[in-house]
Amino acid sequence: MKILFRITALVFFAASLSFAAQAHDHSKMGQGDPAAMSEEMMEPVEAGDLTLSDAFTRATLPGAKVGGGYLKIANSASEPDRLIGGTTAAAERVEVHEMKMDGNVMQMRQLKDGLEIPAGGSAELTPGGLHLMLMNITKPFKEGDMIPVTLEFAKAGKVEVQFMVGAANAAGMEHN
Amino acid sequence: MNIRLLRYGLWAGIAALSIFLVLTYISGRQTTAPRAVELGTSFNLIDQNGNPITEAAFKGHPTALFFGFTHCPEVCPTTLFEMADWLNKLGDEGRDLRVFFVSVDPERDTPEVMKGYTAAFTDRITGITGKPEEIDKLVKSWRIYAKKVPTENGDYTMDHTASVMLLDRDSRLKSTIDYKENSDVALKKLKLLIAG
Repeated sequence: MKILFRITALVFFAASLSFAAQAHDHSKMGQGDPAAMSEEMMEPVEAGDLTLSDAFTRATLPGAKVGGGYLKIANSASEPDRLIGGTTAAAERVEVHEMKMDGNVMQMRQLKDGLEIPAGGSAELTPGGLHLMLMNITKPFKEGDMIPVTLEFAKAGKVEVQFMVGAANAAGMEHN
Repeated sequence: MNIRLLRYGLWAGIAALSIFLVLTYISGRQTTAPRAVELGTSFNLIDQNGNPITEAAFKGHPTALFFGFTHCPEVCPTTLFEMADWLNKLGDEGRDLRVFFVSVDPERDTPEVMKGYTAAFTDRITGITGKPEEIDKLVKSWRIYAKKVPTENGDYTMDHTASVMLLDRDSRLKSTIDYKENSDVALKKLKLLIAG
């Protein structure tokens, strides 16, 4: 019986090892090198109780008519605010969208009621998640350019933010 | 009852249980293994150079097949950038592999649009587009989900299956690479496919 116990223990040990190895693998899954543009990054924009930071978009690919907009929005107020949309000379429309995976199917939805920025909390718009969609861009976005977008909030009103154009596969803007 | 007999009895029980478990596992594997579903179809479409392309393009070499559209803000560029990276890493080993990007939005994705788009990643990816009915036929035959979703002002986006399908030399589905799959795993799958 002792042997049986030992074998069982060994099997469990091996299983936990392989799990640990898998977990380790996942931690390495991050994107490639995010475009580092720390020096040129915009300073956070303060608008009432909101702080908008790390706004970036990606260089558009040939033929692409849409661009994503990504940023962090923090709300220090005791009331929630709501990002409704925005305008820009660089695109026909600015919409708030959410991308989700349903199994293997990618789903894209417009948040017609906008996005809530919780009281005392923040919202993060990132590639692959919540984001702004700049629809029918007037000309391609080139890496290094700045795209000014006037965002509209239910309470804070209109706020102009400069979106730095990163590489076409930029995962984010790095602060060093 | 003597102890020795009991011990033998118990060991026999364990042996019987092990055999039972192994057999259950094997038969379970057989029944849950993918059944031979007929995937793929004959089709008449146009490649990004404006030339006719048919199902013959998926035969005689390993194939990676990805369905998407050029107005796609995230999944398609990410996947195609990764594909370009894998092709790079495969180097000579990936010589035979052919990669196709099939548009699920043929109304907007003309051959010229597709050509300019795929060229941004690598010259190894060939865009396929054509008549919506023919695209639809191809999409359905590979059990791909693709649906138009209206946005404001009569505009639309597409929900679609984001996996890359890996086909062997006889155009049979061997495996798939999921969106944001671990790059090492994806590369291993491609190597297995090529080794065929």
